[in-house]
Amino acid sequence: MIELSLDGQLLRVAQGTTVAAALYLGGDGNSRTSVSGQRRAPFCGMGVCQECRVSIDGQRRLACQTLCRSGMQVETQP
Amino acid sequence: MTRDFDLLIIGAGPAGMAAALAAAPSGARIAIIDDNPAPGGQIWRDGVQAQLPAAAQRYRAALAAASNVQLFAATRVVAIAGPQQLLLEDDNSAWNVRYSTLILCTGARELLLPFPGWTLPGVTGAGGLQALVKGGVPLTGERLVIAGSGPLLLASAASARKAGAQIQRIAEQASLAALSAFTLQLARWPGKLLQATQLLDSHYRSDSFVVAALGSEKLEAVRLSQSGKIIEIPCERLACGFGLIANTQLGQALGCRVADQAIAVDDWQACSRTDHYAAGECTGFGGSELALVEGAIAGHAAVGEQHQARALWPQRARWQAFARQLNRRFALNPQLKQLAEADTLVCRCEDVPYSALAERSSWVDAKLHSRCGMGPCQGRICGAACEYLFDWQTPTPRVPLTPTRIDSLLQLAEAQVHG
Repeated sequence: MIELSLDGQLLRVAQGTTVAAALYLGGDGNSRTSVSGQRRAPFCGMGVCQECRVSIDGQRRLACQTLCRSGMQVETQP
Repeated sequence: MTRDFDLLIIGAGPAGMAAALAAAPSGARIAIIDDNPAPGGQIWRDGVQAQLPAAAQRYRAALAAASNVQLFAATRVVAIAGPQQLLLEDDNSAWNVRYSTLILCTGARELLLPFPGWTLPGVTGAGGLQALVKGGVPLTGERLVIAGSGPLLLASAASARKAGAQIQRIAEQASLAALSAFTLQLARWPGKLLQATQLLDSHYRSDSFVVAALGSEKLEAVRLSQSGKIIEIPCERLACGFGLIANTQLGQALGCRVADQAIAVDDWQACSRTDHYAAGECTGFGGSELALVEGAIAGHAAVGEQHQARALWPQRARWQAFARQLNRRFALNPQLKQLAEADTLVCRCEDVPYSALAERSSWVDAKLHSRCGMGPCQGRICGAACEYLFDWQTPTPRVPLTPTRIDSLLQLAEAQVHG
């Protein structure tokens, strides 16, 4: 198992889990808030739509194309 | 840093893997890059909830065993850095790659059309849901409606069911007549007929399409038009895909000709630009079997093995005929152009509603007045939707081709200063 932090909460996931999956496993599945205030979640699943962008260790990354790693700090956009 | 390769392949799906393996025995120095963490593309995507088919495992093992093929995963093309030179970015750094020959295997993405409620959490692409599930998204006990068009709907349903979803409905927009004609033709490709039989599902309906996703904070139900009748189905998830569209952006930026919304190639899979080839879904939708044989032809041709390439032409013709059937039978119902309402967001990045676009004369006009297509997806979702909804042409993409770190752009500037 891998232990990472999602919005400050510790979360354990299986090896090979994407950060997009971690958003569902450890939270409500949402990744960001749109420019007009709508909550959004991963949508295209394949690195195109950019809806799943989150902050990972301070860098903006796509949750659907990033695998969870030990010690990772994931922050969604409230 | 700059690395040199004889052959650079962009995309490690079936086409890219087949191209690399066809070219490898020539001894050429080959690099294959892909923006996903593992090779396989979409259809052979690996993950914690994925079960790779035997063919995928074979290709991956062969690729790993080829000592002159280097795979760079989680790496994307940022820009064209010079003649036969690209700027790439991975998780930690940006670097230049110089190549003698390039094969574009950039695949396809889903056509995702706007309808009321499509931005609600719980709504995803159809292939999108499949990809998310393979990566570990849990669906246990969730009610799922799948809607859109094409065989991908059934494949997506099968993956979702394995992950614990309760399929409520699979709504295919094509007519029963079109589906029957397609099924009758399938006997020509026995493997495909078998696949179709295995994927058959009692929740499948023809002449059906999504009208709206309902819910306030997240998806609660889906409204469908089913053979002309409006019905509502409560559910937690809606997976919606209206077929596939070729990823032509990099090819266009490199000056390769595009025709019929795909990268144009000749019999050798060669593009209009010398030393540039393309194979697989970026040259037109056709499925993984076609992608594999096109990739192999491109790989052989790229290293001067015309004889081996030519030997594969009959096999390609067989799968091209299958692709023509697919494209013909799953053609989209024009009613799907009417799904969006005035306040339906078309551009999900900049939250631009349909009403702000309907009055505009072209894509550029729409961008200038509304910021449509100017967010991080760079119009890959809404641009494709507008091409379908309004018959607008979207222009050749500009660099950077993807959202990029400042450090990477500085490297690009440096490369241009120092040649």
